[in-house]
Amino acid sequence: MNYENEEFFAPGHGMCAGCAAPIIVKWVLKLAGPNTIVVNATGCLEVATTPYPRTAWRVPWLHVAFENAAAAASGVEAAAKAMGEKVNIIAFGGDGGTADIGFQALSGMVERGHNVLYVLYDNEAYMNTGIQRSGATPWGAWTTTSKVGKANPIGKMRPKKPIARIIAAHNAAYVATANPAIFNDFKKKVQKALNTEGARFLHVLSSCTTGWRHDPSKTVEIMRLATDTGLFPLYEIENGDIENMRITYKPKQFKPVEEYLKMQGRFRHLLKNPEYVKKLQDDIDAWWAKYGHHYQK
Amino acid sequence: MTRVMLRGNESIAYAFKLARVKVVPAYPITPSTLVPEKISEFIANGEMDAEFVPVESEHSAISAAVGASAKGVRVGTATASQGLALMHEVLFIASGMRLPIVMGIGNRALSAPINIWCDHQDMMSARDAGWLQFYAESNQEGLDLGIMAFKIAEDERVLLPVMVGLDAFVLTHTVEPVEMPEQGDVDEFLGEFKPKYVTLDPKKPATLGAFAFPEHYMEFKFGQWVAMERSKKVIDEVFEEFERKFGRRYRKVTPEFMDDAEIAIVTMGSMSGTAREFVKRMRSQGKKVGLVKITTFRPFPKEELLEVLRGVKVVAVMERNISFGFGGAVYGELGATFNNLAEKPKILDFIVGLGGRDITFKTFQSVYEIAEKALSEDVDEVNWIDVNKEAVYKAEGLL
Repeated sequence: MNYENEEFFAPGHGMCAGCAAPIIVKWVLKLAGPNTIVVNATGCLEVATTPYPRTAWRVPWLHVAFENAAAAASGVEAAAKAMGEKVNIIAFGGDGGTADIGFQALSGMVERGHNVLYVLYDNEAYMNTGIQRSGATPWGAWTTTSKVGKANPIGKMRPKKPIARIIAAHNAAYVATANPAIFNDFKKKVQKALNTEGARFLHVLSSCTTGWRHDPSKTVEIMRLATDTGLFPLYEIENGDIENMRITYKPKQFKPVEEYLKMQGRFRHLLKNPEYVKKLQDDIDAWWAKYGHHYQK
Repeated sequence: MTRVMLRGNESIAYAFKLARVKVVPAYPITPSTLVPEKISEFIANGEMDAEFVPVESEHSAISAAVGASAKGVRVGTATASQGLALMHEVLFIASGMRLPIVMGIGNRALSAPINIWCDHQDMMSARDAGWLQFYAESNQEGLDLGIMAFKIAEDERVLLPVMVGLDAFVLTHTVEPVEMPEQGDVDEFLGEFKPKYVTLDPKKPATLGAFAFPEHYMEFKFGQWVAMERSKKVIDEVFEEFERKFGRRYRKVTPEFMDDAEIAIVTMGSMSGTAREFVKRMRSQGKKVGLVKITTFRPFPKEELLEVLRGVKVVAVMERNISFGFGGAVYGELGATFNNLAEKPKILDFIVGLGGRDITFKTFQSVYEIAEKALSEDVDEVNWIDVNKEAVYKAEGLL
């Protein structure tokens, strides 16, 4: 059955204009169809879609807490198994609920091999509490807990946690990075993830207009630049085989990272110092020099 | 019904098996580790048709329990001490979502210092989490209360989770003879599990665990209050039905030797056995002392306690927990129970047996002497028994 013309994530929710998360959720659900149960970690998505007694969810939906979406999904899956029910179980979490506070539960769920698709919508900081740095915040980003000032002209001084590779290293059945702005690749990966048995993990980039400080009309453009500069590469890893990771998308011409940075207030300070921009560009170039041969048309 | 030898942890595991629990997410922790081990064994041997989820922490154990229960199956888990403390956040979510999960607790002290032995601090620290709390005196009680817990939790007038506490080692690791009910009788008693709450069903999509604003939150909490109040009657009904079917009588509060008692010793858990022998001995010496055993701490059995303690002059509460800055939890609640009555007994608190310190006849003797003294003079309200006070006073610079 094709449900692409149906909406399981109803309009009227309270997510910000220009937020990428609803695009991700809406399309994951269109591709999954109605035989689906969603488990949602605490975060923007959960708070803004379920103000009792209203809800934006037209599939069964469960929220328990911040750090345990993967554990709750494990329980839902075990119960579905005990009932002999075949159903898509999809967990959604932000980068905090997934890569930081929820990391242990996710690690456990993947190691145990629960038949769950976990979708990380990564907006690269704790946006629900008001833009605090997370393990997924990139080097050089301003947040309210990696502030920029005289003594710290950089902002976050540590690189982004490579969560997709970490989860892949658990021998997850399927892991992919995806970007809804590179839509065909995103769609293909969601479909592949839905059609794979076992623990699956999609790391999806999700811009945040307030946290990244960008014009809400530029969401898709900025996210496209994240991949077209090479900063957020799109790849997939099956059954933990990291050596044979496949890069699924390569821009015809890489754009300079500066183009991505200058559209976002969170990086404004970096542009004052060419060395910082060069460091980011060098990091990107080094990544592609090391892994670029994994690209397959 | 057959008589078998069981450790307390096995009582809980057999209760889950007899209740045909479908999902058991659990994480090992001394002294309750044997519960998940036994469940794993039942499943491996094909004796139990259930999913065991060997989670990576207690936090995930209770989270998976919430997920499985929300999906609509009967769920059991077990933990103790630090494990229960790690679950703390999710305990409130399980009760707030009105999920009838049953959890066995091997009652153990909380760190620091780390200690694996018995007291009730773990469950007492979860007192306000909205779970019913039962304390077993024996492994038979552990098994029976474990079975009844499901019937009470799942009653549509209740729909709240239940903890069944068994004292660390004294029960969890001690072999006792236990009457094992027949599977068919338990099936009849519990009935088939048909969730009476909204579940995660793709045919009937529902949003579970929504965000409630101030205009709605309090009604959810009042609903839990009403359910907890209603559970009092349900507990009595289930205890009665259990007695009719299995012949063993349970009461929220069990009075013994109380008819003409001037002094009542109030206990919970395994110390009640020693207390009974002590009271018998005192009675043989002509002392007017009785025993009041509390089985259900949540809901707190106010009405029953007022009934059995009527006319008593001194109530000696013995408890294995302490709320620093006040006293023991049972003492506090018992005091509040008599709050609005003109005629009330002297209520004394005795903190005993923390971190597995033995509660012996000598302990009861010390308690009794103070209680007897209180018949005619003023004594301290909160008393720590069997403690080397001098060493502590010295260390704290008071001596």
